[in-house]
Amino acid sequence: MSELPTIRDESWRYADFDAVAKLGVEALDQWQDVSVADGETHRHCMIVGGDAPEVHRIRLNIGKSARAEFFVVVIGDDYTRVEVETDLGEGAHFEFGGVTIGGGDAVREFVTRTAHDRPDATSNQVVRAVHWNEATGNFLGAINVGREGQRTDAGQDFKALVLEKGATANAKPELEIFADDVKCAHGAAIGQMDEMARYYMASRGIAPDVAQRLLVRAFIADALAALEDEAEAERLLEAALNVLEARR
Amino acid sequence: MLKIENLHAEIDGKPILKGLSLEVNAGEIHAIMGPNGAGKSTLAYVLGGRPGYEVTQGSVTFNGKDLFEMEPHERAAAGMFLGFQYPVEIPGVSNVQFLREALNSQRKARGEEPLSGGEFLKLAKEKAALLKLDMEMLKRNVNVGFSGGEKKRNEMVQMGILDPAFAVLDETDSGLDIDALKVVGEGINAIMRKPDKAVMLITHYQRLLDYVQPDFVHILAAGRIVKTGDAELAKQLEAEGYDEVMAA
Repeated sequence: MSELPTIRDESWRYADFDAVAKLGVEALDQWQDVSVADGETHRHCMIVGGDAPEVHRIRLNIGKSARAEFFVVVIGDDYTRVEVETDLGEGAHFEFGGVTIGGGDAVREFVTRTAHDRPDATSNQVVRAVHWNEATGNFLGAINVGREGQRTDAGQDFKALVLEKGATANAKPELEIFADDVKCAHGAAIGQMDEMARYYMASRGIAPDVAQRLLVRAFIADALAALEDEAEAERLLEAALNVLEARR
Repeated sequence: MLKIENLHAEIDGKPILKGLSLEVNAGEIHAIMGPNGAGKSTLAYVLGGRPGYEVTQGSVTFNGKDLFEMEPHERAAAGMFLGFQYPVEIPGVSNVQFLREALNSQRKARGEEPLSGGEFLKLAKEKAALLKLDMEMLKRNVNVGFSGGEKKRNEMVQMGILDPAFAVLDETDSGLDIDALKVVGEGINAIMRKPDKAVMLITHYQRLLDYVQPDFVHILAAGRIVKTGDAELAKQLEAEGYDEVMAA
């Protein structure tokens, strides 16, 4: 990257450009390379974001019949972007679970580009966003299936919970398919807190803040459902819920 | 226990309750019957504090306290239970988690020690058996995928676990087959037929009253109690219909 991205760059269109300028070209050009050898399994859990802008760019190469799992919770108060570029080998699997949560006026986003250039590979991406104040949560997910990517099975699922008027969520799925025997599914939904569920809980004695915590927990848990290490899943969930707690 | 005086309430500016007065004492079971649109469910929701139901006039005291000074979850902790006509589904939250949170919230509000996981499960098993609800269903998400009858039995299991002093049961009999009706009726008796408890049973039909003998039967029409009698009144209604009985 020789110059700063602009709003015309598709994968940056919802970014916070003041924050991007603050980071500078050099910081944006830092890539973390991760390779998973044939037949191996690699799991990576991250809690990212602080009180200054952060960009994490990861290039992931998954070998033949290998499996990579990425679970990321974004809890920053400032612009935070997590980008994952994945190349899948034959019969490989990529599992991605992401959560953005927070208020203020920050933009928090996941950008994934997943290349299915070999046959029989699968990928599953589940992202949940919970925002309030003027905050924004984004999921830009591109899936590219090459000519040899037969029997690809790729899924993307994004849901956002907007707790207040003023908060925003953007979903931008992008599918490019050149093979003919392919399953690609994507879904996106943006909604508000289920007030009837909250009232039902209140009628049983659960205070509104506790009810909200339970409902938000249930909502974001979807993104971590594929994380089999329960203690690790709990650690990520707690990190996200602490942000909700701090809201009060 | 509960004293309603000249209660007026409206939804979206439309008056529904128009001067309703009723007193319920400990040890009593009151049945509220009435034609569609009379305000039966509105009465239940006003007592339960559902948002959107606005009280414009009158008062309700519950054990000597102003009910309208209490938030819905505080009413529950004070011993009120609302059995929903349409129990709410809460995806991602299990019945066990929900009820334990509810019971311990109530206990905390009353200055009591929380129940441990083991103690709670023992209590839940006992109440599920009373209502002939499979314990496996309590491990599932709240009301998700439950049939109409299962939802109603689940309401009664919740009532058994929370052990309220006063229960408002809004058409708990609707959606039940004959066998389930008997189980639910016997459940209500086992849980609530006690000298220090009271029930307000809202129903369209006399059949539930075959199992749960009311001490008083009230006819609610056009937002007011227009007639009060004993169990015979319900039988008369079943035989002759509202128009005839109210005209007499």
